[in-house]
Amino acid sequence: MINLVSKKEKKKFKKDLVFDILFRNIIFLSGVFIILLLFAIFLTLTFNSFPSLKVFGIKFLYGKTWDPVFNEFGALPFLIGTILTSFLALIISIPFSFSISIFLGEYFREGKISSLLKTLIELLAGIPSIIYGFWGLFVFAPVVRYIQIKLGITPYGVGIFTASIILSIMIIPYSASIGREVIELVPSEIKEAAYSLGATRYEVIKKVILPYARSGILSGIILSLGRALGETMAVTMVVGNSNFIPKNIFSPGNTMASVIANEFAEATGDLYLSALIEIGLILFLVTLIINLIGRYVIRKYAVSL
Amino acid sequence: MKKFKNLLLGLIGLVIPSLLFSQEIELLGAGATFPYPLYTKMFDVYYKEKGVKINYQSIGSGGGQRQLLSKTVDFGASDAFMSDEQLKNAPGEILHIPICLGAVVLTYNLPESPKLRLTPELIADIFLGKIKKWNDERIKRVNPSFNLPNMEIIVVHRSDGSGTTFIFTDYLSKISEEWKEKVGAGTQVNWPTGIGGKGNEGVAGLVKQIPGSIGYVELIYAIQNELPVGLIMNKSGNFIEPSIESVSASADIELPDDMRVSITNTDAKEGYPISGFTWILVYKEQNYDGRKKEKAEALVKLLWWMTHEGQKYTKPLHYAPLPEKIVKKVEKLIKSITYNGKSILK
Repeated sequence: MINLVSKKEKKKFKKDLVFDILFRNIIFLSGVFIILLLFAIFLTLTFNSFPSLKVFGIKFLYGKTWDPVFNEFGALPFLIGTILTSFLALIISIPFSFSISIFLGEYFREGKISSLLKTLIELLAGIPSIIYGFWGLFVFAPVVRYIQIKLGITPYGVGIFTASIILSIMIIPYSASIGREVIELVPSEIKEAAYSLGATRYEVIKKVILPYARSGILSGIILSLGRALGETMAVTMVVGNSNFIPKNIFSPGNTMASVIANEFAEATGDLYLSALIEIGLILFLVTLIINLIGRYVIRKYAVSL
Repeated sequence: MKKFKNLLLGLIGLVIPSLLFSQEIELLGAGATFPYPLYTKMFDVYYKEKGVKINYQSIGSGGGQRQLLSKTVDFGASDAFMSDEQLKNAPGEILHIPICLGAVVLTYNLPESPKLRLTPELIADIFLGKIKKWNDERIKRVNPSFNLPNMEIIVVHRSDGSGTTFIFTDYLSKISEEWKEKVGAGTQVNWPTGIGGKGNEGVAGLVKQIPGSIGYVELIYAIQNELPVGLIMNKSGNFIEPSIESVSASADIELPDDMRVSITNTDAKEGYPISGFTWILVYKEQNYDGRKKEKAEALVKLLWWMTHEGQKYTKPLHYAPLPEKIVKKVEKLIKSITYNGKSILK
């Protein structure tokens, strides 16, 4: 028998194989670890909110009173506040992030202006949220207050509207960067094909690029929504922290993340603490549900291509 | 919950490895944020003078109480005293040692910043949302010399749970039946009206910005930032300007031996009516969880020092010191701390 592979090579081959298996297992374990971690967080939240779950049950979701003195807890004002600020922020941010992604992904892919803009947008994502909060409170809220005085409504300055605007600025970089990347990924062959058929630039964007990049752009938007739902510090500073259901867009309100951050440290009494943890659980579930819906939407659009 | 707190403390412990290796005695405390600047100063001086290191985490009064109950700290600190029910459920007898006094002042945003006079009824009705305009007849009657504007009153309260809120709502519960029934007293309450700001700086920031607003902040904060503050009518019918002296004076009354008392709406003639103690909480019997006697001794000595020599650091930082009469009572309390049933300090 002719020995095609030397002993040395055989050894090396074996070593490579062991390494391969090892590497695969490590990767696998890391993945499992994340799932376990998420599950553990869910279990901890559920377990610690038992006292509150037992006392209030489903009423916790539609109760309007949050009264730590008389131990009556309902999360509806916070639930509404969170959803209202997040979706308003999303609606405000979409036209901006959309234009930025098309501008940087298609019109100005290279050059000084483009790289300057890209850096600036990434910088926007890197600013700590407390800075946004301060800016909102001391610069933007007075502007809103001026408008409110002109309109003849109570000049709080802070409130749902102010919080939504600040949030929208905070989430633009996320959807814009992802949008730009997926637009850049559209193969130039199909764009050129469209041009060769006599399409204008606008038609190429509308009929080729956007359908191609749609699911990617959508997932960027979902990601930014996730950020808006969980944002705490900046929102706390400008939302008005009033535990009532907001009457209009200028009313002060409160969000789930904000009420936890505000009240957790000084919460005395087991039921109070457990009610706060249950809010955490609801926030966790709301984020999960919205992400699942987002995934469904993305898949639906991706298939329709 | 306890497990979670233990974990948190474990992390804090990891950050401070000196805790594990140092031979010298180190005391661990956690709680109220209100006296934090004072405690930092006191503990710094104490370390330089006596060589005992004190690590204090200002995590809030509620946190301080929880940490003491789970026995993860040597002492807790709180702006609110523990209720009878809480004490009954505690794993041991807990003592409340008052360290200094704080006060809550009302600050507002009105043209020309007048020195408003406020009666208890006015304060309660403003914060209940019943008096809605600054030129309300009832406000004008007490302040005839000012030209009050036809402006909406916007109430600003704390959004975070706080000892400051406790003192203020405790006062409101004492002077107004309606407040007591509808809202009550606590570190966080169900506010009938208004918007919330985070921390003293959050409330002050909103009041500074919003014309026609009124909010409450700690006395120290108002002094340092030169905010306009209201004179408040006390039980004896005198309008009292908040100051370190008038706050100290508010505690110059007969108090129960365990010092678990709210002194809001004080009987003292010259006392400012919205003041309160801040306490350090310790177990009466110090031999628990295998604690060493040296540690118990160090803790008792520290408490003695804070309520005696340490008092001189209060005024420069705008805290009100304990009146003489109180210190005498505190001495008795500190002497009642035991190790294996025997008094530590004789």
